[in-house]
Amino acid sequence: MRKGLIFGLAALAAIATASSAARAAEEGPALPHVEWSFDGPFGTFDRHAMQRGLQVYREVCSACHSLNYIAFRDLAALGYDEDEIKAIAAEYTVTDGPNDEGEMFEREGRPSDYFPAPFPNEKAAAASNGGAAPPDLSLMAKARVGGPTYIYGLLTGYEDPPAGFPGDNYNLYFPGHQIAMAPPLFEDGVSYADGTPATVEQMAKDVSHFLMWTAEPKLEDRKGMGIKVLIFLVVFTGVLYAAKRKIWADVH
Amino acid sequence: MSEFQTNSRVIKWIEHRMPVFSFLDHSVGRSFPAPKNLSYLWNFGSLAGLVLVIMIVTGIVLAMQYTAHVDYAFNSVERIMRDVNYGWLIRYIHMNGASFFFIVVYIHIFRGLYYGSYKAPRELLWMIGVVILLLMMATAFMGYVLPWGQMSFWGAKVITNLFSAVPFFGEGIVTWLWGGFTVDNPTLNRFFSLHYLLPFIIVAVVVLHIWALHQFGSNNPLGIDTKGPQDKIPFHPYYTVKDAFGVGVFLIFFAAMVFYAPNYMGDPVNYVQADPLATPAHIVPEWYFLPFYAILRAIPDKLLGVIAMFGSIAVLFILPWLDRSPVKSGRFRPIFRIFFVLLVIDTVVLGFAGANPPEGTWLLVGQIATAWYFLHFLIILPLLGVFERPKPLPTSISEPVLKGGGSMAGATTTPMEKA
Repeated sequence: MRKGLIFGLAALAAIATASSAARAAEEGPALPHVEWSFDGPFGTFDRHAMQRGLQVYREVCSACHSLNYIAFRDLAALGYDEDEIKAIAAEYTVTDGPNDEGEMFEREGRPSDYFPAPFPNEKAAAASNGGAAPPDLSLMAKARVGGPTYIYGLLTGYEDPPAGFPGDNYNLYFPGHQIAMAPPLFEDGVSYADGTPATVEQMAKDVSHFLMWTAEPKLEDRKGMGIKVLIFLVVFTGVLYAAKRKIWADVH
Repeated sequence: MSEFQTNSRVIKWIEHRMPVFSFLDHSVGRSFPAPKNLSYLWNFGSLAGLVLVIMIVTGIVLAMQYTAHVDYAFNSVERIMRDVNYGWLIRYIHMNGASFFFIVVYIHIFRGLYYGSYKAPRELLWMIGVVILLLMMATAFMGYVLPWGQMSFWGAKVITNLFSAVPFFGEGIVTWLWGGFTVDNPTLNRFFSLHYLLPFIIVAVVVLHIWALHQFGSNNPLGIDTKGPQDKIPFHPYYTVKDAFGVGVFLIFFAAMVFYAPNYMGDPVNYVQADPLATPAHIVPEWYFLPFYAILRAIPDKLLGVIAMFGSIAVLFILPWLDRSPVKSGRFRPIFRIFFVLLVIDTVVLGFAGANPPEGTWLLVGQIATAWYFLHFLIILPLLGVFERPKPLPTSISEPVLKGGGSMAGATTTPMEKA
């Protein structure tokens, strides 16, 4: 038994190191250390941070970046009630139709609508942004090595370019350092409703937190269920081990 | 062991018309004798069967919500993750299940390699197992394409393009595989169709695998035949309860990954929707293909690389005839043991080489490891069969070292004839 376990664990360890080595090959400089409330087996989202992050997205990022997979109704997870969500949705204008006359028309947003994209299509987005369309942000926190910490690093990683640097913007954490996006965050770029000082670090952290939620909205359900499943499995496996010992007692 | 007996009239009525109960009894019941000394490494066969069932059940449910179209596939997966009840759970089980399927099967294969489970009279059992491995690889590859992320698309492109290495017909074959002139909607549709089909073919081949297994029963850690009832125990309840305990331990590891690190073994780039105009910086397959990917890239010539990659599986097919040592278990083969450990290290090294870009040191490492892989199977194993002096074998499973140990001088070279 011990041999089998050691064998299995060694195999798992080998796989784990191999797959992280695969990613290490793509990584740039080490990301800054950030503590997230959603880290660890009991981690949960911080509603206040996510609401602030939503504000940063709406007032800064959404000028160029879409959030295609998020509907206004999803914002209930940020702690908003039905009326607040209706009010947020109503601040947007969405195109609907065709109506009975066959015309497309514009109307106020409803909770069932998705966040409207800033550009009508990818070509338009690219044309308005020097040839590179700003990527959708819904899944960004899962689509980059380092996840939310990478987003935080990117937003705070702008530095003066070294001599002879070809591009306009130098970013410490962006692969190749040459990033098309100009530094998006400035001190007091937003004024937080809850009075939190809007430093660049604070805004970067809040919007990264928010984007972790948009990428993995079921994180709390997942971790909460995981504890129950694991407790059950450990007890159940213990019972099975006892049964095994008892049945095998007469085998020599 | 005894014939199937029952007092239930219902069971007797059914049994008389269709002997399903005695069939089960002979397959996994009291009438199926198994060696009594099987270690926990023998749990991985039943675990592989369990994962296959988990994959089929979660896969059927996912297919109810999935849309196989290049414009909707990525979206439909995100809908499963966000809006379908417990869709995130089912999809994470399916996604990690693929990795755990390979973990379990690789351990199962290395167990067979160490204990000589491929040797007579179990050659066909082993070869059917290699067929299952090939089917698993095809299924996993096509399943990875379905979410239509960046790595799905570019992985599909790289792997299907391998067939262009075939002389004369290469380009035609690739166009035929794609159903067009690039990886596009017809490719996605046929991959979905085949990804749904192949698991059921795997089930059928698993039935053959178990059928072949039952002809001579399981090998065991000593690699010697059972000599009588004192060496055997009925499969049920002994191995049913032992397998059940193994399932519990397995599920703890599995659940830990599904609930706490569901994306750890995946590539983040696959959360970006496929874009035929933007090639990712590094195209790498999932971890379980990395050793084969390293072999493919170790050889500069495309055709030879493809041949080497398929050859790395083909040597497993003929393994029973490459290793001619009469002793099965590595426990009694002092030199084989060393080379077995080297082979395990070699495959892990191949994995690292496959994960890194094929340039500089890693390319060289991949080439040496590839050479060693084939050296092991094609040269070292056949030579060991001739030159290695195995340790004396115990006379039976029941009395492993007590009497049959080193004291019997005559038993050193051909101990199996003593049976």
